[in-house]
Amino acid sequence: MQDVTYRRPATLQEAVQLLKDNGPTARVLAGGTDIIVMARERRRDTSMFVDIKAIPELTGIRFDASEGLTLGAATPLYQIYRNETIQRLYPCLVDSASLIGGTAVQGRASFGGNLCNAGPAADSIPSLIVLEGKARIVGPNGERTVAVEDFCTAPGRNVLEAGEILVSLSFPAPQPNSGARFLRFIPRNEMDIAVVNAATSLRFEGNNVVAARIAIGAVAPRPLFVPAAGAALVGKPLTDESIAAAASASRDAATPIDDMRGSVRQRKHLSYVLTERTIRDAAHRARGEALEH
Amino acid sequence: MVATEPYKIVGTRPVRPDGVDKVTGRAAYGSDIKLPGMLYARVKRSPHAHAIIKKIDASKALALPGVKAVVTRADFREAGPGLIDIGEGPPVNLKFMLDNVCAGDKVVYKGHAVASVAATDLHTAEDALNLIEVEYEVLPPVMNVRDAMLESAPLIHGNELTGGLTAADMGKRPSNIANRVEFEMGDVDAGFAQSDIVIEREFETAMYHQGYIEPHNATALWNKDGDITIWTSTQGTFSVRTASAMILGVPVSSIKVVPMEIGGGFGGKIPVYLEPHAALLSKKLGGVPVKMWMTREEVLEATGPTSGTYSRVKIGAKNDGTLMAANVHLAFEAGGFPGSPVGAGAMCALGPYSIPNAFVEGFDVVVNRPKVAAYRGPGAPASEYAVESVIDEIAERIGMDPMDMRLKNAAVEGTRRPDGATMGVIGNVQVMEAIKDSPHYKSELEGENRGRGVAMGFWFNAGMESAAYATVVSDGTVALVTGATDIGGTRASHAMQLAETLGIPYDDVKPHVVDTDSIGWTGVTGGSRTTFAGGWAVYEAAMDIRVQMEERAAKIWEVDRDQVHYDNGAVHGPDGKVFSFKELAAQLPHTGGTISGHADVNPTTVGAAFAGHICDVEVDPDTGKVTILRYTAVQDVGTAVHPSYVEGQIQGGASQGIGMALSEEYFYDENGVMRNSSFLDYRMPTTLDLPMIDTILVEVPNPGHPYGVRGVGEVPIIPPLAAVANAIYNATGVRVRKLPANPRNLLEEMLPPEA
Repeated sequence: MQDVTYRRPATLQEAVQLLKDNGPTARVLAGGTDIIVMARERRRDTSMFVDIKAIPELTGIRFDASEGLTLGAATPLYQIYRNETIQRLYPCLVDSASLIGGTAVQGRASFGGNLCNAGPAADSIPSLIVLEGKARIVGPNGERTVAVEDFCTAPGRNVLEAGEILVSLSFPAPQPNSGARFLRFIPRNEMDIAVVNAATSLRFEGNNVVAARIAIGAVAPRPLFVPAAGAALVGKPLTDESIAAAASASRDAATPIDDMRGSVRQRKHLSYVLTERTIRDAAHRARGEALEH
Repeated sequence: MVATEPYKIVGTRPVRPDGVDKVTGRAAYGSDIKLPGMLYARVKRSPHAHAIIKKIDASKALALPGVKAVVTRADFREAGPGLIDIGEGPPVNLKFMLDNVCAGDKVVYKGHAVASVAATDLHTAEDALNLIEVEYEVLPPVMNVRDAMLESAPLIHGNELTGGLTAADMGKRPSNIANRVEFEMGDVDAGFAQSDIVIEREFETAMYHQGYIEPHNATALWNKDGDITIWTSTQGTFSVRTASAMILGVPVSSIKVVPMEIGGGFGGKIPVYLEPHAALLSKKLGGVPVKMWMTREEVLEATGPTSGTYSRVKIGAKNDGTLMAANVHLAFEAGGFPGSPVGAGAMCALGPYSIPNAFVEGFDVVVNRPKVAAYRGPGAPASEYAVESVIDEIAERIGMDPMDMRLKNAAVEGTRRPDGATMGVIGNVQVMEAIKDSPHYKSELEGENRGRGVAMGFWFNAGMESAAYATVVSDGTVALVTGATDIGGTRASHAMQLAETLGIPYDDVKPHVVDTDSIGWTGVTGGSRTTFAGGWAVYEAAMDIRVQMEERAAKIWEVDRDQVHYDNGAVHGPDGKVFSFKELAAQLPHTGGTISGHADVNPTTVGAAFAGHICDVEVDPDTGKVTILRYTAVQDVGTAVHPSYVEGQIQGGASQGIGMALSEEYFYDENGVMRNSSFLDYRMPTTLDLPMIDTILVEVPNPGHPYGVRGVGEVPIIPPLAAVANAIYNATGVRVRKLPANPRNLLEEMLPPEA
């Protein structure tokens, strides 16, 4: 039995102070869909939950046509996938937000929590990476910004220092002729952890791909940004050959493990398949076409 | 025996008597029980798959505030010789059963119980688990059946088991083979010699869990007068009583088992796990009730799934499709203790067919996994999957429609099986013809990467003891009391048979499931026996009431007994005299007293069950993911007493069989630790993974039952494994010989061999 203190600070400063004063067993509580389970299963020693949902900066969706999109780190998923601006301009975020958990979990879980949890198979992180997400962090020593692809360091570990809180995630305003897509592969049709997941964002000028970002998950100790895969597409029209080269780059970058969710061979193969599929879907979206599935 | 008149109630679809309580949450399941002064207990379990227990020290746990008692093996009496037949499965050696409930010198699977601790609350009991210190000497585990059969394998039970690879080898040297069964018929070598085509293949199926939603639970009170009460959700209260009495070394009469509502069992809620611990803790505490229930992890790691299997099947046929000979070799994982369902698997393997020459052998093999329990048609899904896959391959090779080939060789009344049994009146051919006539089988399957498969299934069904007690209430209703715990509509199917026999409305029967002191011996709700054998008891009890009501009416009317007869819910006498059931019921209290009917039966006239399934799949060639597009289950159900529940049984069985085919498996690491002991990673199909399972009910009544009832619950889990595998072959050209055909395994088959 663990005695746990629950605190609900109203300001960032107060939250940072609580975390600083109470050491590593004081844990940030956003939706709690991971941290409460971990505490109950004794996978994380917990002396205090610091509930950050009452802090104004931590929740909410703000969009500005020039500044882009800012998501409070604890904004629940259902608010993200129901937001019309996000549906129109950032459908790749809807791809991720709508398939994490079931309806009940989506009412609590957040991208910020998913990112801080730093699971190698996290279903939001590849999308956050390919959309050039930036993580705003506030802590005892002030504020800093970290690119999402640099945020996770190992399974369950991230760049946050003692007392630091992930406050928000921001994304540049989408450029014309751009599109992005996230897909995951699971053995069933729901209720599974990704065997592999992937996201691609593309931007076209005329027929040429001028920018491409590709990220894959569940194939390395942390979600993997694969610059080589994007580079295989840039500066030329999208062709079967360039897609195959990008997909091969993903497969080569993957260093998966064998476990109960997938084998090394399967995961490397799926890195190729999902990279290919997300590229094709991202291209459809860039051209303003609806996806078939 | 089978009535020819159309039934009034049998065959209708009334609301279940337990429905309101179940949909409102009022039904009391095992975890709902709360008694004054009750303590909570947890089980300390082995972290190792195979280890010698050197020492157990509970002193630190006992020193924790709130901890009240600890039970270890030292608190159990030592088991003498004895076999326990708990129903649905081979009889169990008492010592092995005790060793499974609480480890003796050794732990033989990860999760094996080594102690239990009772405390004032569950959290304290959980904290105390870490304070019970167990010193182990870790041994290398033996994790699968083929490794365990090697002469070089570590011996899990030392010199205790001495099974061999042949009949002549039995008893010669220590091994992990606990038992061997063998059936032989005709001249197998001659049969293969006469065959134009002979195909031999090897198959594997994973260990699968029943996946019931409600975890195992038990609450016990060992009163100071020696009386023991156990509240538990179980498929068989009398089995729990027998097993608990033998393990605890007390007379059966000192134990009363009270059934709680049960949230699924499928065979897995027959053995005892927690009951003896709860009882001994209660005894140590001087008569305080102790409640226990398992986590999902405990359920998966430490209760009884079904065997992982290896099989080798060789079948020979003529070019015209006539089956000439079969050789079936089955090796089943029993888990840590002997007792796999290999015998039943061997009996069923060739069930749908008439094959003149056959040899079937089966091996019961211990491995460092949880001791298996019954699971819906125990043993048959694996053995029939292997046979149905080879039959499918032969039909393809000789260019014959797979159903035509099955029809050509179909077992019929009088067909003798290799295990010696002779088929009675069966609906095998009717099922096969219904498949051929079905809209599904007649439809064209179009599109890339799509395929269709068919497979048959056979299950012999069971009888066993049942009891019923029915009291006529003065308002004309009947209170029906049985001991059959209600898993899948038992109250309804029994009430319907009573109402039909008495000719009264279904709503006028109030069925109750009662404890072991309140009704005659009743076997488990399992083996597809309850609607059949329980229905027999109910029918006999109703006939008992009818006779007594005739006698009472004769007395009231002052006429000869033989001038009175019961018909269609009324008693008729001479000169147009008539009492409706309600009228006579009202008169009973003041014309001699209340009437009750009762029966204790042990019917043997069981009707076997046959099923055939049709499955359409689409396989993603890039990922190996299989989507089931359409699924039809055809089954001879004897008489469908409540067709909706029959359809539900068929759909549930098919769903579980599809889970075996596509997604479920026990996944162990090299240390014998299960890596997927949660419903997240033990992948049962969800509603999103299955289409509507269409059903076609074929009714060939069982002449051995007053309403033609055959058991329906088990056979539908048997055909899906091969139906799905045959469909995958049709879609991809890959013969799936290792289940589950999950994306990982199927992709491996579909990708070119690795350099």
